Amino acid sequence: MNKALTIGGMAAAAFVITGWSVGFSQDRPSVPPPEGSPLGELISGYEFRTPETQALQDDDFINPGFLWVENGEELWETADGAAGKSCESCHGDAEDSMNGVGARYPVYSEATGKPINLEQRINLCRTENMQAEPWRWESPELLGMMTFVRYQSRGVPVAVEIDGPMQPFFEAGREFYYQRRGQLDMSCASCHEANYGMSLRADMLSQGHSNGFPTYRLKWQGVGSLHRRFRGCNQQVRADRFGYGSDEYINLELYLAWRGMGLPVETPAVRQ
Amino acid sequence: MTRRRAIFAVLGAGVAVLAMIGPALGEGVVAYRVVDGFSIPEPLTAAPGDPERGRAVAINRRQGNCLSCHVMPIAEQPFHGEVGPSLYGVANRYDAAELRLRVVDAKVVNPDSFMPAFYRTEGLHDVSEAFRDKPILDAQQVEDVVAYLMTLTEEQ
Ligand code: HEC
Ligand code: HEC
Ligand code: HEC
Repeated sequence: MNKALTIGGMAAAAFVITGWSVGFSQDRPSVPPPEGSPLGELISGYEFRTPETQALQDDDFINPGFLWVENGEELWETADGAAGKSCESCHGDAEDSMNGVGARYPVYSEATGKPINLEQRINLCRTENMQAEPWRWESPELLGMMTFVRYQSRGVPVAVEIDGPMQPFFEAGREFYYQRRGQLDMSCASCHEANYGMSLRADMLSQGHSNGFPTYRLKWQGVGSLHRRFRGCNQQVRADRFGYGSDEYINLELYLAWRGMGLPVETPAVRQ
Repeated sequence: MTRRRAIFAVLGAGVAVLAMIGPALGEGVVAYRVVDGFSIPEPLTAAPGDPERGRAVAINRRQGNCLSCHVMPIAEQPFHGEVGPSLYGVANRYDAAELRLRVVDAKVVNPDSFMPAFYRTEGLHDVSEAFRDKPILDAQQVEDVVAYLMTLTEEQ
C-alpha cells in the first residue's frame, strides 16, 4: 500500500511508491506507537499545520481556545442544579483533581456496560451529583467545561484502557475506522493512514489524532468536539453522519485514542 | 461485498478480450463494457464529450474535484493536490478508452485506489441520503472529462 511510513529521522525524502511520488518530510517530532499499531510513528496534527497556526497554539495569551478554558473555569466554580453544588464543591481544585483524567477517557462504565467519554462523564455528574440538566452537545457550557477539564491534562500522554470489557468496543471502533464509506468510498485510513503528509488541495493530511480535542478550529471560528470533527470527516466523503455521543462515535473515539497512545494532550489545540 | 472487479482480478490477465456487459451496475448508471480490465472502448453517451465542460467539471469541488489529488495544467486554480500522479501529458500515456475506465471506476484497475469511482453506485457503504444511488458524475460529465483529458498532451 501507499503508506508514507518510513524509518523516522530520514529527512525530507521523496519516495516513489506504486507509481507516484510521496514527498513527506520525516523530521517531524514523533513518539513510538503502541504495540500492534499500524503506524510506524505517531505524529501530532500540530506538526502538519503551518507555522502561523502553530504560533496561535504555542502562546497561551493569543490561543483563542483559552476563552473556552476560562469559561469552563467559571462554570467549575458555579453552583447549579437542585443539589446546590458546583463541580468544585466535590472535586476541589481542578488542577489537582482533574490532572490526567482527560488523557484516559473513554473509560468503561459498569453502570451502562459500555464505554463513556468525557462529555458523558461530565453530564453524569450534572444529572446524578448536581441534579442539574445535562448540557447539550456543542453548547458553550459543555465545550467550555470539556476544554477546561482536558486542559488539566495538557502534556499528559494519552493512555486508554482497551482490554477486558473494553475489547469488543475497541474492535467495533477499529472496524468503523477501516470501513470505506460514502459516495467517495473512503475509510478514515484512506486519508489518515495511507496518505498523511500529503496535500488535498490546501489541506495537508495528518494522522488524524484526537489529542488536541476539544480543538479551536479557524474554520469553525470556535472550539468544537471530536464528534463534530467525525461528522465533518464523514460528511466530506458523502457518508452518513452519526449522532453526537452515539455508540458508533464513542467506539471510534476509543479506538482513535489508542491509535494516539503516548501523544501528549494538547487541549486547547489550534487547527486550520 | 460483490465486486465486479474481483472477477477482473481473476480474469484480467487473460489473452482473449474479456467483455462484460454489466446488467447489475447499480441504480442510475448506464451499462458499459470493460475490456481486459483496462479500458471502456465505447462512450457512455451518444453525444461526444466537450473538453471545455470537462475542464470545468475537473475543477468543480462538488463534481470531479480532480485538482484535490492531481497536479493539472490549470494554472488559475491554486492548491493542486499531490496524492495522485500529475495529469500533465496523460493523453500521451493512455487512450480515451483507458482514460474512460480510470474515470468511471479506477478501482477496477487498482482495488486499493484512493481515487473515487466517479460512475458507480453499487458496493458502497453508508452513502448519505442526498447522494444515494447516484454516481458522482453523470454519463455526459464522464465523457466531457475524458474529452478534456485527451487534450492533455503537454508534458510538465
Ligand atoms: C477525504 C479524506 C478524509 C477522510 C476519509 C477522513 N478525514 Fe479526517 N481529516 C481530513 C482532513 C483534510 C483533516 C484536516 C487536516 C488533518 O488534520 O488531516 C482531517 C482531520 C481529522 C482530525 C483532526 C486532527 C487534528 O489534529 O485535529 C481527526 C481526529 C480526524 N480527521 C478523524 C477522522 C476519522 C475518525 C475519520 C473516519 C471516520 C476521518 N477522519 C476520515 C480528511 C479526511
Ligand atoms: C456531589 C458531588 C459531585 C459534584 C457536584 C460533581 N461531581 Fe464529578 N464526580 C463525583 C464523584 C463521586 C465522582 C466519581 C464517580 C465514580 O468514580 O464513579 C465524579 C467523577 C467525575 C469525573 C471523572 C473522574 C475520573 O477520574 O474518571 C469527572 C471528569 C467529573 N466528575 C467532573 C465533574 C464536573 C465537570 C462537575 C461539575 C459540572 C462535577 N464533576 C460535579 C462527584 C461530583
Ligand atoms: C481522492 C484523490 C483522487 C481524486 C479526487 C482523483 N484522483 Fe485520479 N488518481 C488518484 C490516485 C491515487 C491515482 C493513482 C492510481 C491509483 O491509485 O488508482 C490516480 C490516477 C489517475 C489517472 C491515471 C494517471 C496515471 O498517470 O496513471 C487518471 C487519468 C486520473 N487519476 C484522472 C482523474 C480525474 C479525471 C479525476 C477527476 C474526475 C481524478 N483523477 C480524481 C487519486 C485521485
